[in-house]
Amino acid sequence: MSRTNPRFVGGTATEHYRPGALGGPAGGRGRVDSALTRRRISQVVVYALLIIGALIALLPMMWMLSASFMPTGEASTYPPHFLPSRITFSHYRELFTRLNLGRYLFNSALIAFTVTGLSLVINSMAGYAFAKLRFRGRDRAFRILSLGLVLPVQVAMLPLFLLMKNLHLINTYWGVIIPGMASIFGIFLIRQYALSIPDDMLDAARIDGASELRIYWSVVVPGILPILATLAIWTFLATWNDFMWPLIVLSDEAHYTLPVALANLSGEHVMDTELMMAGSVLTVIPVLAVFLFLQRYYIQGVMAGSVKG
Amino acid sequence: MASVTLSGVRKIYHEGVEQVAVHEVSLGVKDGEFVVLVGPSGCGKSTTLRMIAGLESISAGTVKIGDRVVNDVPPKARDIAMVFQNYALYPHMTVRENLGFALKLRNMSAADINDRVKAAAATLGLEDYLDRKPRQLSGGQRQRVALGRAIVRQPQVFLFDEPLSNLDAQMRVSMRREIARLHQELKVTMIYVTHDQVEAMTLGDRIVVMNKGHVMQIDTPLNLYEKPKNRFVAGFIGNPAMNFANGTVEGGGPSRFVAEGGDWEINLPQRVASRLSGARGKAITMGIRPEDVTIVAGPRAAAATASARLDLVESLGNETFIYASAGKHDVTARVSPQSLPPIGSKIFLGFDLEKAHFFDAVSGERIG
Repeated sequence: MSRTNPRFVGGTATEHYRPGALGGPAGGRGRVDSALTRRRISQVVVYALLIIGALIALLPMMWMLSASFMPTGEASTYPPHFLPSRITFSHYRELFTRLNLGRYLFNSALIAFTVTGLSLVINSMAGYAFAKLRFRGRDRAFRILSLGLVLPVQVAMLPLFLLMKNLHLINTYWGVIIPGMASIFGIFLIRQYALSIPDDMLDAARIDGASELRIYWSVVVPGILPILATLAIWTFLATWNDFMWPLIVLSDEAHYTLPVALANLSGEHVMDTELMMAGSVLTVIPVLAVFLFLQRYYIQGVMAGSVKG
Repeated sequence: MASVTLSGVRKIYHEGVEQVAVHEVSLGVKDGEFVVLVGPSGCGKSTTLRMIAGLESISAGTVKIGDRVVNDVPPKARDIAMVFQNYALYPHMTVRENLGFALKLRNMSAADINDRVKAAAATLGLEDYLDRKPRQLSGGQRQRVALGRAIVRQPQVFLFDEPLSNLDAQMRVSMRREIARLHQELKVTMIYVTHDQVEAMTLGDRIVVMNKGHVMQIDTPLNLYEKPKNRFVAGFIGNPAMNFANGTVEGGGPSRFVAEGGDWEINLPQRVASRLSGARGKAITMGIRPEDVTIVAGPRAAAATASARLDLVESLGNETFIYASAGKHDVTARVSPQSLPPIGSKIFLGFDLEKAHFFDAVSGERIG
């Protein structure tokens, strides 16, 4: 709340010293005060609602963290406990020793980082090409591609599965990585951002002697870093959390990603809520870390369209 | 250094309908010459420049730099440098990196790059800004960097695409001088595109006036001013613009120019009348520059006069612009400062017909 107070006071000050308000007729002062009170009340209501919303969103996360440290069985007692009666790390130990969580963590990280890296390169190249390079059928191709945005992911799963099967990529990392390497949304996002790159700058680089690849790497990429960071976060999050596709493609337990392994865990250990929660905490931490690391650029990227200049 | 030769160069865009942006432009730019392409927006001047640079494909004709046809040569292999209207600097690089980028791409040694960058920076007074990013520079400084980026490459031909359009008036004058000085020092072939006739007149050894994709006239600045080939050039070059009046040449004995609507009749001196003998009875356009129009005391005070109503006076200190209407024709006069009757009064305008220009009213071509 301490951050909100100064703004609140600031609002009051401007209201009070508005020249028109001071110089108004006798009844003016009363009207200003009542308007001020109304504004104060509405601000209090807005902040209260925001705080309640934030608590509702955070509560399950807090409980997840708390339950992961509870002794076995405590999370399922009635009435439920919010804080552990005794803190234990046994579930974390068990995840890594008995349940091979390190392996799943590695699989998830390998797939998520590879997909993020490759998709950044491919989406940015394609988005830039659609925005700035001139070739026959460019706009028509982009329009057709954009239609794909409205197709639900599930619709493509069966044909994609058959394709992967024919390519003998079922039960391999590549079976998960390849479909994630380019996304229509990613291409669309980069294209919209790249449209703002001045053509003259690219022409200047061409005259300076840069090849098209060099222009992309030395001139375009530094200019679209904020949107690349945004796309990196989104892709990493989506890949890390993806459950359905890895479940379909990966059948060997050694290839499982964290969400798939976690779902398996809940099937094996129906009652072990605390173990599940410890697994969930480990799943969420890398995503949070990536978000915190890139959020500065992420916000720049999200704001890019509105405050360009 | 090299000459640049355009022969029958055309540019056609196929975007739904066929659109001809440049019609058969032929132009020879001599080695070391400064040629300015000038014309209104959409006249094809920038497209022509971009074809020379290799940034636009050439639909027909040939472009030669030196003795080499470069139609299919990519921009980087043409040995040219170009300065753009909006500077086109690389925003994430420092001034030093911007200047050295092209040299780095040529795999020059770091020491050589450094020497050339320093020399260019010294020429343009950029030494103190080498480690700044473009966003930390003013518009004039940015355009200097853009110039520097062209200089360090030591190209055969410099191309400028409206380089001063984004600058304020004062900066424009100083950069104009800078470019003129650079041309004197480097003695390199320069082709410069602008819509500003003052830039064209002050910078160009020769000027190419373009309109709607056609070359209207190629000549020295003074010749363009004094002997425009057609009505378009006459109206485009000169500020305030030339006055025009449509009418006919009439009379069996002494010839008269009768303006459309019969608002004014001017007796033509013998020398002028003989130039117009072929146009007798045809519709023609008379053009006269504002400085060749004066205010006179009465109809008999000068050989050729017309009565007019004084509409507006603009005093600039050293000279005065007078806007008047003679019948349905608007006439602008550029006179020395003097006391003038009030707005709305009747005045008499005197024309120096020896300096008048006559054009065919239909084709716009010069007569006589």
